[in-house]
Amino acid sequence: MSQQVSAKEPNAEQIAEQQIYKQMGVSDSEYELICGFLGRKPNYTEIGVFSVMWSEHCAYKNSKPLLRRFPTEGPRVLMGPGEGAGIVDIGDNQAVVFKIESHNHPSAVEPYQGAATGVGGIIRDIFSMGARPVALLNSLRFGKLESDRVKYLFEHVVSGIAGYGNCIGIPTVGGEVVFDDSYDGNPLVNAMCVGLIDHDKIQRGVAKGVGNPVFYVGPPTGRDGIHGATFASEELTEESEAKRTAVQVGDPFMEKLVMEACLELIDTGIVLGIQDMGAAGLTCSSAEMASKAGNGLELYLDQVPQREEGMTAYEMMLSESQERMLFVVEPKDEAQAMEIFERWGVICSKVGKVTDDGRLKLFHHGEVVGDMPVTALVDECPIYEKPSAVPAYYEQNAAVDTLRYAEVSDLGAALDQVLASPSVSSKAWVYNQYDYMVRTSTAVRPGSDAAVVTIRGTRKGLAMTTDCNGRFVYLDPEVGGKIAVSEAARNIVCSGAEPLAITDNLNFGSPEKPEIFWQMERAVDGMAEACRVLDAPVIGGNVSLYNENAKGAIYPTPVVGMVGLVHDTDHITTQGFKAEGDVVFLLGDTKGELGGSEFQAVVHGVTEGRPPQLDLEVEKKLLDAVLGAIQSGLVRSAHDLAEGGLAVALAESCISGGLGATVELNSSLRPDVALFSESQSRILLSASKEQAEKLQDFIASRGVPVQRIGEVAGSDLVITVGGASALNRPVEGLKRVWEDTIPCLMK
Amino acid sequence: MKFAVLVFPGSNCDIDCYKAVEDTIGEPVDYVWHTATDLSAYDCILVPGGFSYGDYLRCGAISRFAPVMAEVAKAAEQGKYILGICNGFQILTEAGLLPGTLLRNMSLKFLCHDTVLRVENNSNPFTTQYEVGEEIKIPIAHGEGNYYCDEATLADLKANNQIIFRYVNNPNGSVEDIAGISNKNGNVVGMMPHPERAVDSLLGSEDGKKMFTSILKAWRDRHESASVR
Repeated sequence: MSQQVSAKEPNAEQIAEQQIYKQMGVSDSEYELICGFLGRKPNYTEIGVFSVMWSEHCAYKNSKPLLRRFPTEGPRVLMGPGEGAGIVDIGDNQAVVFKIESHNHPSAVEPYQGAATGVGGIIRDIFSMGARPVALLNSLRFGKLESDRVKYLFEHVVSGIAGYGNCIGIPTVGGEVVFDDSYDGNPLVNAMCVGLIDHDKIQRGVAKGVGNPVFYVGPPTGRDGIHGATFASEELTEESEAKRTAVQVGDPFMEKLVMEACLELIDTGIVLGIQDMGAAGLTCSSAEMASKAGNGLELYLDQVPQREEGMTAYEMMLSESQERMLFVVEPKDEAQAMEIFERWGVICSKVGKVTDDGRLKLFHHGEVVGDMPVTALVDECPIYEKPSAVPAYYEQNAAVDTLRYAEVSDLGAALDQVLASPSVSSKAWVYNQYDYMVRTSTAVRPGSDAAVVTIRGTRKGLAMTTDCNGRFVYLDPEVGGKIAVSEAARNIVCSGAEPLAITDNLNFGSPEKPEIFWQMERAVDGMAEACRVLDAPVIGGNVSLYNENAKGAIYPTPVVGMVGLVHDTDHITTQGFKAEGDVVFLLGDTKGELGGSEFQAVVHGVTEGRPPQLDLEVEKKLLDAVLGAIQSGLVRSAHDLAEGGLAVALAESCISGGLGATVELNSSLRPDVALFSESQSRILLSASKEQAEKLQDFIASRGVPVQRIGEVAGSDLVITVGGASALNRPVEGLKRVWEDTIPCLMK
Repeated sequence: MKFAVLVFPGSNCDIDCYKAVEDTIGEPVDYVWHTATDLSAYDCILVPGGFSYGDYLRCGAISRFAPVMAEVAKAAEQGKYILGICNGFQILTEAGLLPGTLLRNMSLKFLCHDTVLRVENNSNPFTTQYEVGEEIKIPIAHGEGNYYCDEATLADLKANNQIIFRYVNNPNGSVEDIAGISNKNGNVVGMMPHPERAVDSLLGSEDGKKMFTSILKAWRDRHESASVR
């Protein structure tokens, strides 16, 4: 292999004259500001460092004003947004740590590694807090599962997630997969990790103590993931081709070793600060650690382990090589730290020192190659309030009557059609590729409303879910935002847990478009209000903008990851019917709401009108009543009504339980609307005959509408509406339709 | 009775094996690193699942060279009980302590789900508390669990009663539905399904418990008869 030679870097004058900063996404006014902070023109390394620190990804310059609208505090919140991940108290000196993060664009280009490194990154966020990762979830969106390209992306994203999570030994217990044209060419891959920690082990990413050494941990730095735009310049030569950005490649085995070594290191109590190297690698981790401590930092780049020869300061600072961490200990503890990494076979190198001058100083080959004020890098990025405008489609939708479609009379066929929609159908093809049982704590496996993992040594458990209905958010971002949070809470409650907090992944199109910024604003407002009413603060998250394809922006998709606390494993509840003769109840009101529904999309082929409405006070009452009933031992099964409405919820409870049901609905609505409306704040419960009346009274006394609609019986799903037969299908047949869809499409 | 759970770089079912011993029989158990050179203190050695050395080469192909493996071979010769689960089974075949090999699943995909196993042999120390023909629910989680051996080896396995478990519905293409085998002496067992994941009904099954209670009983029987003598 020939030695790689770095292309000659432009000097500060050339950067200014040729406006090279623009290729890095730095605007003229931002460049002026940077010159002001430095008191001179930045060199190539410095402008590179500023460009990534001032990117949307690191600085949230387009979304910060919106993020401030989220409630982030609560009596249980031990750490809100700002660190690697948020932390919530769960009692007994324990806390749960969780966060969600996107890897959309890498996954669109290289699905296996894009998804794999997304998983690796979010795991590092969790263990860098000192927590033991205990579960993973994934929220995925693809185009319609018809084209070869979409199938390829789907197949390889799933294997990338499996490849990483299975190898590192953290169970992938839940999530969601949705297929819709709007994500064609721009899939969404959001990975969430949940960890457990003792209060006294909580770490921060701070470079504490002037004079303390800074250590680099993990595999050597290569030229992967370096700011790609930089090389798309007219000076591109054969030499620069040699250092062209490579796709980041995940190494879960290395991450397993780094994780075990770091957790052992943290356990010793000698760590003063630790942070993972994620986006913007060494740059972001070092600048943020210095900033949070109010200190400066010197980095000796010759000491950075390097995978390739002749790497420049610019390349080392901007590389996004995976599985790397940065930490600070006192000089007296150096040897102890080094011994741990040596035993685990992980590279650990002293690469810097904490200083008191508030500057990030870079040394390379005996020269200072960068000298920048830390505060300018971390805090001084300009924040933009983007203009917002109501999109035309939103105005037009106001007039759409979503009940104008011809009545569908063959409801059995309609149910088959909805169950066979890849978004609704069984995801076993996906999750059977994930090891969801390793660590032997998975009490509720993928496929129910929320997954539950138990906490060893206690009777407690953690319930977790990800949710977002992008169609609803598209049709009305504010209502859709409320629904995303409420649906997550409903799933958590149906599993027998109390909602604790959320992490969010705001996936939107380009914020430069006023209509998109309007979607962002409205969605955030809706989510924020729901979080306040449902007592589920936002403890962290991620923003992914510019998700667009040839046809325009994706559906606005603010994915909600929620974690809840199961107070006693006896409360764990699943969606499947449990026993012949059990009584089935429908909680909540069903209205004629088909806007944005699966039925509307699958049967009528449109997505239009207003989505279902949601009253947060009603939702709150419902959640409290159902959780109370579950905790009182009155409930045998619980299932949230979501895509496909009552018909699909009943079918899923039958399929999961392997039992039939006979249901008699009294409704003034047309039968097809009654069965497939996606009205919010509804839950399906079942109870034993003996407890049925007690359950009904319990729910009713809490001001929640409750209807006894039938019983678990036989092996068929039989539904009448207003006394007339509506649907009669063997559960075995429904199951086949529901289970076979994805495997057949992927053959 | 004292248990060792081996830990290779990349093992990830080590904790689960450790907990299973604690929870099912409460006997003393230690994690023992791949670098260990003395296993004389242990009566039973569990080689856990995971992705040792990342499984970037053939599964188990690097682990067999770990220092501890020479001790495992010695323990096998001494008649100590050794159980390799999943990656542990792969390591034991690579080390030549069990015949055959594990190929990629026929579907070429990683598979994680419950399987039903039929107990083929209850004269083995790990299975004495099962009935022959008993069907038990034990999960699998592997990408390379497709057991393969040549016909002569298969004939040997049958002749010596070395087939311990068979899948009722073969998930991965294994020869003759084989899910678990032993060596000729019966003291070394390897299986792809995870009995340590089936010791708690809250998590789906407790049908794996009897493997742990069986081995404790086998050890006690041997130990007690020895002390009577």
